[in-house]
Amino acid sequence: MTLTLGHFLSLGAMLFALSVVGIFLNRKNLIVLLMAIELMLLAVNTNFVAFSHYLGDLHGQIFVFFILTVAAAESAIGLAILVLLFRSRSSINVDELDSLKG
Amino acid sequence: MSVTAGLFYFFSIILLFAAFRVITARNPVHAVLFLVLTFFQASLIWMLLKAEFLSLSLVLVYVGAVMVLFLFVVMMLDIKIESLREGFWKHFPIAAVVGIFIIFEMSAVLMGGFRVTEDPSTLSVAGTSNTRELGKLLYTEYIYPLEVAAAILLVGMVAAIALTLRQRKDTRAINPSEQVRVRAKDRMVVIKVEATKPARPVEAATETSVENKA
Repeated sequence: MTLTLGHFLSLGAMLFALSVVGIFLNRKNLIVLLMAIELMLLAVNTNFVAFSHYLGDLHGQIFVFFILTVAAAESAIGLAILVLLFRSRSSINVDELDSLKG
Repeated sequence: MSVTAGLFYFFSIILLFAAFRVITARNPVHAVLFLVLTFFQASLIWMLLKAEFLSLSLVLVYVGAVMVLFLFVVMMLDIKIESLREGFWKHFPIAAVVGIFIIFEMSAVLMGGFRVTEDPSTLSVAGTSNTRELGKLLYTEYIYPLEVAAAILLVGMVAAIALTLRQRKDTRAINPSEQVRVRAKDRMVVIKVEATKPARPVEAATETSVENKA
C-alpha cells in the first residue's frame, strides 16, 4: 500500500477538524483559541505542500512560505494585543470582553 | 508497506495525539509544549514530501520563534484556569459530533477522489535542490510579493512594539543620549554677582517710601 495524495489531505482534514473542536471546547480561553488558529494554518499548509509534491508544482511551496510569514506577523500582533488586554482587564476570559456592547 | 508509509503513519499518529492534547490540556504551558511537538511532527511529514526548505524553516520560525513567544506570554500572564474551563464538558458532545462529521466526510471524499501516487518525474530531479529551486522562483517571479512580505513583517514588528510599549512616569531612569551629549558648561553655570556695595543712606529710603504712599 503506497502513499497517495489522499493520505496527506486526510491528515490535513483531521488536523483541521481537531482545531475546530478545540475552538468549540475552549471558547473562553483566548490563548488556546490562538493556538487552535495556528493548528488550522498548519493543516492548510500541509495540504499545500502535499499538492505541490504530487502535482510537481513548486508554486504551492512558495505560497506556504508567504503563509508562514503572515502567520508569524499575525501571532506576534495577536499576542501583543493579548498582553495589552491582560494589563487592562487582568483576565483573558472571552466572556468578559463585552465593553463594545455588540 | 514501504518505509516511507510506515514513517508517515508513525508521524501522523504522534501529530494527531499532540494536536488533541493541545486542545484538551488543562495547563496552557503544557498546551504550548504539545503545540511544539505538533509542529515538529508536521515538519517531519513535510520532509517526507521532499519540501526540505519549508520543513526546516517551519522548525526555525515556528518552534524557534513563535512558540517561544507563546511560551513567554503564557508564563507571564497569571491566568486563572478554572474560570476559563467552565463549559468545557458542556460543549464537548456537540464539538465531538462536529469534529467526527468533518473527519469522516472529508476523509471519504479525499481518499476516494485523490488517488494520485508519486510521479517519478516530479520535483526531485537528481542534482537540483529544493532550496535552490525555491530561491530561483522566489527572487524572480515572486520578487514583489517577497517585498510585500518583508513590509508586512516590519509592520508587524512596529505594531507589536507600539502596542505593548508604555512609559512609566515614576521612574528616575537616566536618558543615556542626553547624558552623553552633556558638556561642561551645562553642568556648572557661573553667575556674575556684583560685589558688596555700601548701604544706601536712610533718608533716601524714607523719601521714596513717602512718594510711594502719595
